[in-house]
Amino acid sequence: MFDFNILFPSVLNGLTTGAIYALVALGLTLIYGVLHIINFAHGASLMVALYAVYMLARAGIDPYLALPLVVTGMFVFGYLLQRLIINKSSHGRDENILLVTLGLSIVLENLALLFFTSDTRTIDTPYTLATVAIGPALISHPKLVAFAGSLLSCALLYLVVARSRLGRAIRAVSKEKQGARLMGIDVDHIYAVSFGIGLAAVGAAACFLLPAYYVNPQVGTGFVLVAFTIVVLGGMGSFVGALLGGLLIGVVESLGGLYLGESLGQIGIFVIFIGVLLFRPQGLFGAKA
Amino acid sequence: MTTRRDFVAGAAAVAVGTLGAPLVARAQAAPIKIGVLHPVTGFVAQSGGLCRLGATMAIDDANKAGGIKSMGGAKIEAVLGDAQSKPDIGAAEVEKMNEAGVSAIIGAYASAICLATTQAAAKHGIPHMVDIGVADTIVTRGLSNTFRFGPGYTKVAELAVSNLAALNQAAGKPAKTAMIIHEESLFGTGTAGLLSKKLPEIGIEVKEVIKHANPTRDFNNIALRIKAVNPDIVIPANYYNEYVLLVRTMQQQRIVPKAIYSVLGGGASSYQFVKEFPEASNGIIDCNHWFNPKNPKVAELKKRVEAQGKFFAYEVFLTYAATQVLIDAIERAGSSKRDAITAALASSTFANHIMPYGPTKFVNGQNEGAQPMMTQVVGGDIKVIFPTDFRETAPIFPLKA
Repeated sequence: MFDFNILFPSVLNGLTTGAIYALVALGLTLIYGVLHIINFAHGASLMVALYAVYMLARAGIDPYLALPLVVTGMFVFGYLLQRLIINKSSHGRDENILLVTLGLSIVLENLALLFFTSDTRTIDTPYTLATVAIGPALISHPKLVAFAGSLLSCALLYLVVARSRLGRAIRAVSKEKQGARLMGIDVDHIYAVSFGIGLAAVGAAACFLLPAYYVNPQVGTGFVLVAFTIVVLGGMGSFVGALLGGLLIGVVESLGGLYLGESLGQIGIFVIFIGVLLFRPQGLFGAKA
Repeated sequence: MTTRRDFVAGAAAVAVGTLGAPLVARAQAAPIKIGVLHPVTGFVAQSGGLCRLGATMAIDDANKAGGIKSMGGAKIEAVLGDAQSKPDIGAAEVEKMNEAGVSAIIGAYASAICLATTQAAAKHGIPHMVDIGVADTIVTRGLSNTFRFGPGYTKVAELAVSNLAALNQAAGKPAKTAMIIHEESLFGTGTAGLLSKKLPEIGIEVKEVIKHANPTRDFNNIALRIKAVNPDIVIPANYYNEYVLLVRTMQQQRIVPKAIYSVLGGGASSYQFVKEFPEASNGIIDCNHWFNPKNPKVAELKKRVEAQGKFFAYEVFLTYAATQVLIDAIERAGSSKRDAITAALASSTFANHIMPYGPTKFVNGQNEGAQPMMTQVVGGDIKVIFPTDFRETAPIFPLKA
C-alpha cells in the first residue's frame, strides 16, 4: 500500500492525463455520433495537429497562443477532408468510409515521414519544466493548463451542440438523416462540420499536449487506442461519457501503473473495456441500441 | 495494415523492376548489393533512421573512393529495408533481400530485431553485420554468418559497474542504493537483469527494478516511485523517447539523485537531448557506444552529419564504422559471394576506423576489442570520463553533496 503522498499525486496525474484523452475521445465520439463511422484517421489527425503546433512553435508562436490558429486550421482541414475526400469516395456506404479513413491515416503518416522524417521532436517553452505544488503533489504547468483547457473545451462543445442552432442541426442529422434533410438541413454540410469539429478538438488537444510531450509520425497510435476505449466505455456518441470516461481511464491507467508496474498497468484499461462490452455494451452513458 | 503496406511496396517494386531493368548500364562491373535493414518506422524509427544514415554514408564514401577495387571498381548498391520496429517484419525483409540477391546485410538496430534478422539471414548463408543490437544472445547462438562490431551488454554492464565502484570508492562511498528503470524488450530487460546481479557485488543495493512499455506516455508514476524509494542512483536503460520523458519528469518532480547513471541510456549520450534539454541532461553519466575522441576523422564526419540537419548520435557513427568493416571484408574477399565475404569478415583486422576498439578481431562473431565509453554531460557538451586513456574531463560524482 502506498501512502497518501504518492497516491494523491498519482490520482491527480491520472486526472490531468485523462482530460487530454477525453478531448481526443470527444472528437472521435462526435464523429461517430453524427456520421456513424469510426474515424481511423483520428490518431493521424492528432499527429498532423501536433506537427502544426510544432511548426508554429518553431516560428516563435507559443503553443497556447497558437490554439485558435490550430483549432481553426484543423476545423478547415477536417471539413475539407470530409467534404472532398471521404464523402466523395464513400458513395454513401459506411464500410467505404471506414476504409477511406484507414487509408487516410496511412497516407498522413507516410507524408509526415516524408516531410519530417521519423525523428522525435520536442519544443522547449519557459514553462515546460515548471511545476505547481498542490498539497504533496507537484503538477507541471502544461498538465494543469491541459486539464483546465480540456474541461473548458468539453464544456464549450457541449454548449454548442446542446444550445446552438448548429448543434440542433447536428443532433437532428445524427438522429434522423432523412428527416433532417426534409426539414431543409444540408446534411452533407453538417457531416463535414461535425468532422471538422471532431478534428478541431484534436487540434486543441495537440496545443495542450506538445509542451510536455513530443511528436513523431507514430505519435497518434498511442492515443487512438485509448480514445477508442474511452468512447466505448462512455457510450458511443455520448459527450458526458467521453469526458468522464477519459478521466476514469486516466486514473485507472495511473493507479494501475503504480500498483502493477508500468508495463502491466495498462491492463486495467482493457479489463474495463472488456467488462463494459460484456455487461453494459451501450457504455456508461450510451443510449440503448 | 502491414500486409497492405507490403503489398503496395511490393507492387511498386515490381513496377520499378520491370520498367527500370532495361536501363541498367553494363559499362562497369556489376554492383554489389548490401541489404541496409533498419526499423525506420515504428517506435524506434528515429534510431533506425540514424542507423540507415550511417550505413548509406559509409557506402557512398566507399563508392566515391572508387568502389571495390579488387573487383574492378564495382560499386556498392544499398538495398534498403524497413523492419517497422518489429522482429517478424525484420525477418520478412531478410527474405526479400535474399530474393533481391544481396551479398551481405547490415542492421538491424534493436536487439530483438537483430535476433530475428540474423537467424533469417543464416538460413540463406547471408553474412549479417550487426550494427548496434547489444543482447549477447545475438552472437552466442553459434550462427557463423553473424558478426557484431560493437560491444554486447554484458561487456557494457560490467564496465559500467566496475567504473561505478571506482567512482563511488573515490568519493567516499556516498552511493549505497540504486533503482533501475528499463524498457520491456530484450535489450532493457537483459541489461537490467545483469545490473541487478552485479550491483550488490560492489556494495550497492538495488531497491527496485521498474519495467515500462514502449511507448510510455507518462512517467509521473515512475517518478513518484523513485521519490518514494529515494535511491542514491537512478539507472535508466531505455530508448530515446522514453529516456527523455523520464529525465524531464524527474526534473519536474524535483528528484535529484546523487547520480543518473545510465547504462546504454537512449538519451544521455545524444547531442539532441543535451541541446534541447541542457538543464535536465546536465551531469548525467552514460556507459554507451561512443567514438574515439582522439581520432581527427571524427570531426569531419560529425560536420557532414550535422550538415544534413541530423545529430551525431551513436547510431550514426557506430553503423558507419560497422559498414566500413563490411565493405573492407568485401574488398578483401574480391567477390560478391556470400561465403567468401563471411570468411573475409571472420579474418578481419580492420583498424583504421573512428571507434575506440583497436584492430578488429572477431571471435565467434563478436569483435573482441569492442568497448563502450563512459561519458558525462558537462557544460552542454558530452565528454569522455572513462577509460582514462580517452578521458576528456574528470568525472563529477556525486552530483549533490
